[in-house]
Amino acid sequence: MIPEVGQYVLILALCLAALQFVLPILGIQKHQSNLLQLARPLALGQCFFITLSMLCLAYAFVQDDFSVAYIAQHSNASLPIMYKISALWGGHEGSLLLWVFLLSGWTVAVNFSSRNQSLPFFACVLAVLGAISAGFLLLILFSSNPFSRLLPFYPIDGRDLNPVLQDIGLIIHPPLLYMGYVGFSVPFAFAISALWLADRRESFDSVAKLAVLKQHSLAKYSSGELYPDYLWAKGMRSWVLVAFGFLTLGIMLGSWWAYYELGWGGWWFWDPVENASFLPWLIAIGLIHSLMVTDKRQTFQGWTLMLAILAFAFSIMGTFLVRSGILTSVHAFATDPERGLFLLLFMVLMIGGAFMLYAIRIKKLIRVTKIELYSRETLILVSAVCLLAASFSILLGTLFPLLYDAWTGQKMSVGFPYFNAVFIPLMLPVLIFIPLGPLSQWGDNVIKVLFKKVQWLGMISIILALALPLIITKAQALSFGIVLGLTVGFWIAFGTIKSFVLKIQKKGSIRGLSFGAWGMILAHFGMGVLVIGVTLVSNYSIERTVRISPGQSLELSSYQVNFDSIERIEGSNYIGYRGHFKVLNAGKTIAKLAPEKRIFVVQGSAMSETAIEPGVFRDIYIALGEKLSPTEWSARVYCKPFVRWIWFGAILMALGSLFAAWGRRNVRTKNAS
Amino acid sequence: MNDVRKRRLYLVLVLGFCSFCAALLVISALRANINLFFTPTQIEAGAAPQGARIRVGGLVEKGSVVRGKNLQVTFVVTDLSKRLTIKYTGILPDLFREGQGIVALGTLTDGNQFYAQEILAKHDENYRPPEIRELP
Repeated sequence: MIPEVGQYVLILALCLAALQFVLPILGIQKHQSNLLQLARPLALGQCFFITLSMLCLAYAFVQDDFSVAYIAQHSNASLPIMYKISALWGGHEGSLLLWVFLLSGWTVAVNFSSRNQSLPFFACVLAVLGAISAGFLLLILFSSNPFSRLLPFYPIDGRDLNPVLQDIGLIIHPPLLYMGYVGFSVPFAFAISALWLADRRESFDSVAKLAVLKQHSLAKYSSGELYPDYLWAKGMRSWVLVAFGFLTLGIMLGSWWAYYELGWGGWWFWDPVENASFLPWLIAIGLIHSLMVTDKRQTFQGWTLMLAILAFAFSIMGTFLVRSGILTSVHAFATDPERGLFLLLFMVLMIGGAFMLYAIRIKKLIRVTKIELYSRETLILVSAVCLLAASFSILLGTLFPLLYDAWTGQKMSVGFPYFNAVFIPLMLPVLIFIPLGPLSQWGDNVIKVLFKKVQWLGMISIILALALPLIITKAQALSFGIVLGLTVGFWIAFGTIKSFVLKIQKKGSIRGLSFGAWGMILAHFGMGVLVIGVTLVSNYSIERTVRISPGQSLELSSYQVNFDSIERIEGSNYIGYRGHFKVLNAGKTIAKLAPEKRIFVVQGSAMSETAIEPGVFRDIYIALGEKLSPTEWSARVYCKPFVRWIWFGAILMALGSLFAAWGRRNVRTKNAS
Repeated sequence: MNDVRKRRLYLVLVLGFCSFCAALLVISALRANINLFFTPTQIEAGAAPQGARIRVGGLVEKGSVVRGKNLQVTFVVTDLSKRLTIKYTGILPDLFREGQGIVALGTLTDGNQFYAQEILAKHDENYRPPEIRELP
C-alpha cells in the first residue's frame, strides 16, 4: 500500500505545482496580492508531498517490495542496505523523482531567503519553479512512474543493482550533480521573472501595500515599477554560486569515481553524459562573472539573462541526453523512446518559450553603456564569448553522431582527440584572463600599470614550466603542450596569490578579507591547481599491461611491483578473487595493494575493484584483468603523477563558490532609498 | 567615418576573424576524428574503408574467444547474418562476455582482418548501443 500512497501524494504535489504556476501569474495580471501570497504555502505543500513520496519509495526498497517494477529491476534481497536506499536514484524513474525532490527543496530555499524582495517578483519566481516542477511531475506520472506494480506475477527476488553502481561514489554523486543541475532552475526563474516583470508600471490595490511578506512596503517603489531593473541581478548571484558549487562537486566526484571504479585509470572521457554535465558548468562560469558586471556596473544585462537561460537549457538538455538513450555512452541507461520524446517536448516548450520571451522583452532591460577596451568588463566579456564558443563546440561534438546519422544514415562516433583539439585553444584566453581579472579595474585601465604588476609572474611561470619537466623526467621529455599547460597553470596560481597579497595589503590584515574575496581566491587558485594536474597526468602517466603469475614482478618507472599471491573471496552478493601486490621503491616496501575481481551472482557480471596507493605527487594504481590460466592473470598497473591535483583543484573551486555565496547571505535586495 | 562607427567596424572585423578561425578549428578537428561504424555485413560487402580507423560492433559469438601468447586474444563478432574476426592485444573489459554486444575501435587491413585498439562492452543488462539495437 505504501507505494500507492507514494503515487497519490505525487499526484497531489502535481496539483499544487500546477496551482503554484497558475495562481501567481493570475495574481500579477489581475493585481490581486492574495493570489500572490498563495505561492508560498503552495511551494511548502508541494515539497512536503514530494518528500513523502520519496520516503514511501525508500521504505518500499528497504522492505524488498519486489512487486514494484522499479524495485525489482534495481534491487535484490541480498543487497546491502545502504545500496538499497541509493538504488532509489540508480535508475531512470527514481532519478527523475530525485530531480523533482531537489527542485522542491530549492523552491523552499528560495521561499525562505527571499522575504525582502518585492512580492510580485518573488511570486513570479515561484511560479516559474512551479511550472518546471509540474512538467517533471507530469513526466513522472505519465511515462516514468517509479511506483508501477508488476502484478499479478511478480518476482521473488530482484535483478540486483548494476555492480558498477554498488559503490560509495554512487550514493553521493547523483544527488550532488542533481543539486547543481536543478539549482540552475532558480537563476532561470529569476531571469524569466526579470524579463516578464521589467518596467511594468502597474499599481496594486491597497490591500497589497499592507499585506506584504515582511515589512517591505511596495510604496517604496514610488515610480510604480514592480521591481527595479537591476536588483534581480543582486538576488540571483547567491543562487548561481551555490548551484555552481554543487555542480563542480558533482562533476569532480563523477571523475574520481570513474577513475577508481572503471579500472582504466582515466578521469575524463568526453563521454556524452560527462559533456552534458560540463556544458552547464562552463556556461555557469560565464554567468557568474557576467552577473557580477550586471550587479556592479549595471551593464551586460543581455548577456547575463541569455547565459542564465542557457545554463538551465543545458541542464535540461543534459537530463534529456542521459535519459533518452539516443547516444552511445558509458553511462547511458536503458529506456524507451517515448520518455525521450516527452522530455524533448518539455524541453522545447520551456526553453523555446524562454528564448521567445527574451527576444521580445530584452529591449526593456538593456542599458547601452560604453565599456573601455582595457577593463575588467572587457576581460569578462571576451571570456564569456570564449566559454560560449567552447560550449557549443563540445555540444557539436556530442550531437554530431546524431546529426550525421539523420543526414546520411551512417552511424559514427566522434573521437576523443576532437574535444581536446577544440576545447584547449578556445579556453586558453579564458585561462590567461583568470589572474588578470582581479588585478585589473572596473572601467579604464592603464596597460602599463597592469603589465608592471604581472610581468614578473609571467616570466616566473614560463621558467618554472620549462624547469619542472626537465627535473621530473631528467631532461628526457619536453613538449610544447606540457610547457604551455604548466605555464598557464602557474600563471593562474601565482597571479591569484599576487592579488591575494595585494588585497591583504589594502585591508591591512588577513581578517579584513571578505568571504567574497576568499571565494575568488580559492576558486581561481583551484583552477590553476587543476590545470597543472591535468597537464602533468596527461603527459607523464605510465601504464603497464602485463600477464603475470604469483612470484613475478614488474618495473613501473622507478618502482618495482611484486605480485605475491591470489586468493578466493566471497561477499554478500558476489564471489571472486583478491590479488596481493607489494610496491617497492629502492628495495623498501612503500605500499601493499589488494585489487579484486568480483563476480556478481545474480546478474552474472564481473567487476574489478582497483587498488590504489594515493599520494600527493603520484598515484600507484593496480587493476586485475582476467584469469588467463590456473597460474596466470592479466593486470594493469599505472603510475599517475599529480592526478589528485585535478580533484583537489575542483574542490577548491567548489569551496570558493560556496564561500562567495555565504558571503552574500545578508545582502539586501531592497531598494536602498 | 566617425569614431563610433570606426570602433564598431573594428569590433565586427575582429569578431568575424575570430569566429572564422574558431569555425575552421572545429571543422578540421571534426573531420580528423570521424569514426564511422560498420556491421560485419557491411564489412563483408566491402563497404568499409581499408586502413582507416573505424568502429565495428556486434555480438560476441559463443565459443569463438581464443587466447594467444602474452595478452593476445581473437574472437568473432556477428550481426546474426555475417561474421568478422577481431584481433586484440590487451585486457578485455569486465563486461565482455560471449553472447554480449560489443563495439571495437580499430583498423581494417587485408580485406577482413580487423585489429582492434579499443573494445567497449555494454554497461547495462538491457542497454544496447544504438548501432547494435538496429541490427536485424
